[in-house]
Amino acid sequence: MNTLQQIRLIWKPVVFLLCLLPALLVVTDALGITGRLGANPIEEILDRFGNWNLRFIMITLAITPLRRLTGWNWLGRFRRMIGLFTFFYVLMHFLTWLILDQGLLIPAIAEDLVKRPFITVGFIALLLLAAMAVTSTDRIRRAMGRSWNKLHYSIYAVGILGVWHYWWQVKQDIREPLVYALILGLLLGIRLWWWLRRRSREPLYSAH
Amino acid sequence: MLIKKPADIRPSEITSESNYFSRRNFMRAGSIVGAAAIAAPALGAIVPAGSGEKLEGIRPSRLSTDELPNTYEDVTTYNNYYEFGTGKADPFRNAQDFEPRPWTITVDGHAEKTGSFLFEDFIKPFDLEERIYRMRCVEAWSMVIPWVGISLAEVIKSFKPTSRAKYVAFETLHDPVRMPGQSRRVLDWPYREGLTIAEATNPLAILAVGVFGEALPNQNGAPIRLVVPWKYGFKGIKGIVRMRFVERQPKTSWEMAAPREYGFYANVNPNVDHPRWSQARERRIGASVFASKQPTQMFNGYAEHVAHLYDGLKLRRHY
Repeated sequence: MNTLQQIRLIWKPVVFLLCLLPALLVVTDALGITGRLGANPIEEILDRFGNWNLRFIMITLAITPLRRLTGWNWLGRFRRMIGLFTFFYVLMHFLTWLILDQGLLIPAIAEDLVKRPFITVGFIALLLLAAMAVTSTDRIRRAMGRSWNKLHYSIYAVGILGVWHYWWQVKQDIREPLVYALILGLLLGIRLWWWLRRRSREPLYSAH
Repeated sequence: MLIKKPADIRPSEITSESNYFSRRNFMRAGSIVGAAAIAAPALGAIVPAGSGEKLEGIRPSRLSTDELPNTYEDVTTYNNYYEFGTGKADPFRNAQDFEPRPWTITVDGHAEKTGSFLFEDFIKPFDLEERIYRMRCVEAWSMVIPWVGISLAEVIKSFKPTSRAKYVAFETLHDPVRMPGQSRRVLDWPYREGLTIAEATNPLAILAVGVFGEALPNQNGAPIRLVVPWKYGFKGIKGIVRMRFVERQPKTSWEMAAPREYGFYANVNPNVDHPRWSQARERRIGASVFASKQPTQMFNGYAEHVAHLYDGLKLRRHY
């Protein structure tokens, strides 16, 4: 078995199951098998899916820098799967809010989306992730050409919107959103630094 | 107006505590079978009721609601008490070793009688009453809690406040060694709260010393805390060490932390939203996860008792 086959047949299924684990734990905790969801299960489910979405955004954004720094190019093979899990967790977070928290009460949902900036911000991030998820197949990627890359750069915006959404939502203790903000700053900062360095090396005007 | 006659028989004489809880569990079990397994966290309490010191001579009150109280577990594991951490489960975890005795309460300011009192002496002159109240948190969730407490109006009367006493200010213990959450400045410690004299002498206001017929667990504010059920939960200051009669409106902790979001009055009001979320509806803790939120009532359903306190006050401005 060559490396590519190993990745496809062994490592991809392993990573897939690992990525699914937090969602499975929500189910088994709800059933009381592995743990409990506590006195306010809806809040707990919302928090867990939201937190895992943020973690997956950070993991997605860490792949390219890690690949460049270590030379582990095989990391790129997992990028789409991790990206799709990022969308999966934000979708679960959104559906929990829509169905369990808001009880599908359309006027309340519409009011929240418009009147609560932190919800608006989160919803925009959801739409961007949805757009990236539906365009993630090879066929659509090829068909979209360069505009595919442009669309998928919006993961940077998703990172900012996601952390912003969380920061705005906490009552007083900003420790956790601060940690996400610092990690995001690092992951976006390194890209900015690389970009500035590349630009300074390229001459602004060609010599001929 | 319907006035309920105080019952001669204590509810606990009719329904024993264990029956009371098993009924609750039975109802929950039913909802689980009906509504699928996500509701299962309600099964099997991790916190057994009956672990605290039993309180004697508790009288029932006609001010109690007949709504079904939350479980002992809900009431004692889902708390906001930043002195023991900002997570909902932190107070239960971090307050276990807290020693609430001996406890001294200082009363000072504009009153004829002032001084420092041992907790036991402080509450001794007053009758213990069970008050089953709705509790509405500013975070849009609610519970029904069977408090045991003493009338704050009676307490205040006994200290004979002078005409200059327009407000009562309360303070929580400030001791970062015993209250680990205070080692971080999430709030400006000590926690401070206040009421107008009219609010504090309203019959609904109590100083709670117990829940479910037992001494107050540490995470609920042992040994003594304020309960004002028509206001958001954060007004219910816990672990009180000081009560002060003052002339000017005192600064209160959440108001100091975010004045646009939390006011001095903090009356439950479905028409005035928190800047970041709606206050129109609330999630009742312990309800099925498929149950929808319920409408929040003006003054948390206690309008007939307290609305007159705010005649002429613009509630949208004085939130």
